[in-house]
Amino acid sequence: MATTALAPNTISQPPSGAQRTANTAFLAVCTICAWLCLALVALIVGRITWTAIPAIRQHGLGFLVGRHWDPNQGLYGILPEIWGTLFSSVLAVIIGGAFGIAAAIFLSEGFLALGVFAILRMFKLEHHPFWASVPDRVEDLLRNLIELLAAIPSVVYGLWGIFVVIPLMRPAATWLHGNLGWVPFFGTPLSGPGMLPASLVLSIMILPTVTALSRDALVAVPSKLRMAAYGMGATRWEAILAVILPTASRGVFGAVVLAFGRALGETMALAMLVGNSGRISVSLFSPANTLAALLANNFPEANRKDVGVLMYAALVLLAITLIVNVIGSLIVQRASGELEAMR
Amino acid sequence: MATSDTALTDSGGLPPSDEFNPFAGVDFQGLEKSLRRPRTLLDLFLSGVVLVMTGLALIPLFSVVWMLLVRGGRKLTWAALTQAPPAPLEPGGGFGNAIIGTALMVGLAGLLSVPAGILTATFLAESRNDSRLAQVVRFAAKVLTGFPSILAGVFAYGAVVLLTGGFSALAGGVALSILMLPTIILTAEDAIRMVPAKMREAAIGMGATHTQTVWMVLLPTALPGILTGVMLAVARAAGETAPLLFTALFSNYWLTSGGRLDFMQPTASLAVLIYNFASMPFENQMELAWAAALVLVLLVLALNLVGQAVSRRQHQQA
Repeated sequence: MATTALAPNTISQPPSGAQRTANTAFLAVCTICAWLCLALVALIVGRITWTAIPAIRQHGLGFLVGRHWDPNQGLYGILPEIWGTLFSSVLAVIIGGAFGIAAAIFLSEGFLALGVFAILRMFKLEHHPFWASVPDRVEDLLRNLIELLAAIPSVVYGLWGIFVVIPLMRPAATWLHGNLGWVPFFGTPLSGPGMLPASLVLSIMILPTVTALSRDALVAVPSKLRMAAYGMGATRWEAILAVILPTASRGVFGAVVLAFGRALGETMALAMLVGNSGRISVSLFSPANTLAALLANNFPEANRKDVGVLMYAALVLLAITLIVNVIGSLIVQRASGELEAMR
Repeated sequence: MATSDTALTDSGGLPPSDEFNPFAGVDFQGLEKSLRRPRTLLDLFLSGVVLVMTGLALIPLFSVVWMLLVRGGRKLTWAALTQAPPAPLEPGGGFGNAIIGTALMVGLAGLLSVPAGILTATFLAESRNDSRLAQVVRFAAKVLTGFPSILAGVFAYGAVVLLTGGFSALAGGVALSILMLPTIILTAEDAIRMVPAKMREAAIGMGATHTQTVWMVLLPTALPGILTGVMLAVARAAGETAPLLFTALFSNYWLTSGGRLDFMQPTASLAVLIYNFASMPFENQMELAWAAALVLVLLVLALNLVGQAVSRRQHQQA
């Protein structure tokens, strides 16, 4: 008697009307939030475009190929900045990409763990309860250290670049300019800030992106391919170069493209190290300027008219980075899907 | 040699015979690893190259930390942490107002982005059969992670500074929240997806509504992972300079007017202080920049390490 009275009311019951309403409302709120995220992207693009429209009307496409930026004379052109942005990012991707992929291979193929294991075996410690876990831990530690490179704020890299990289680089740069000055890359002396120190610091900042994403791609290569290569008698590097890297190549390429996108939009380290002078030069030691640095330097003191022009420059930067990022994300997404299907 | 021949043919399942030897002409010694062969040497050489390159890649990290400890540690005093920035050529001073400014703006950004981010992540993780909208939103979040931080500042300038008519902590917070959002969405979605399916099924089997499942089972279980994402996002936002340069600007004064906090005036932040002081020709300001950089890096590294530890524990449990 008592149980039948209890059962329908307290132990099990269908959701009450209030719970149903709360459920529907909550799901609606979640969906709205998702839409808001899309709206935010649209709003960012829309707002920047909207503020830039007067300047676009006034300066047109000549803005993109103009070589001088002089607000006093009403001259606005961002070709040097576009050149500087692309040149510094390409340099950074070459340096950071090489080191980043090397680190990714080093981390994904277990070199460090194997090395530590060999040392442990020399001391006959490989089955010891504590020492046996050391190889994995050392590898984890190394991976975390590389991730920490990304955690250091870019303004701190800028500070470090001013006080460490530029003084270190100046003697070498002076020597190169003095002895190999006929090579266009060394055509000007390094007077302080310049393209090479900026690109070098930039490459350090994008390295963790390259390493983390390439490592994901390398680790995702099905182990049967690896085993097949070793089973055929390939050495470790023959397997890496002939089987693993080609299989993961698309993911690695996507990582490099995404890193390129990061480099294009990076601001502070460049604003502090690149010299902020709008000239077009292939010399690695010449000061230059980038779109992001231009924005960072001119926005704080901009008046109404300048704001429109700066928004136009921001729109150009937005377009370049969005295109590169979308392409990179698509490549990475497709590559990981392909590797998944191979399993 | 002969013994190894029979052993190999035996394992191949062929009867040993004198007329037919499938391994005739095979150079067995050539199959052994020899340190004198080019392919082994190349192997060693490339391993060495990769080792050296990885080592070189880590030098900047140690160099930065070393410089911060040496140059920043010297000036890191209680006065530096609690006083307002000095005027040019004035001795002493500190960056207390910048610490408060950074904390306030990051907190404001968190208030804006954490709830929205977690709800979006819930939508992404729970959407049935991965709907079209979920795929698009996830892709947008991924693209936003690579979004140049300065453009977040440009947007906040256009959307807040131009509308309210002045640089403010509010504008800075809005800019930072845009940068925090994608990190929170992506990590929270991962965390919710990592909740074992049996827990979700148990909740639904007991008759819980979708909302009850999310609030009582999924979110509490995924909390460590979500916290990791929030900490990483906070760490990133705290170190951002570019979006604050022309939204919060900078200020040499405390963030109060008439004894009350005021969100609508220019606000100092650690990152912008480092940028401004690094390019000043005054020794005192440069020293303060290094000390502020040390504080900022310690804060960011601590958040990252705690975040990594939390997520590792969660991975071990799963």
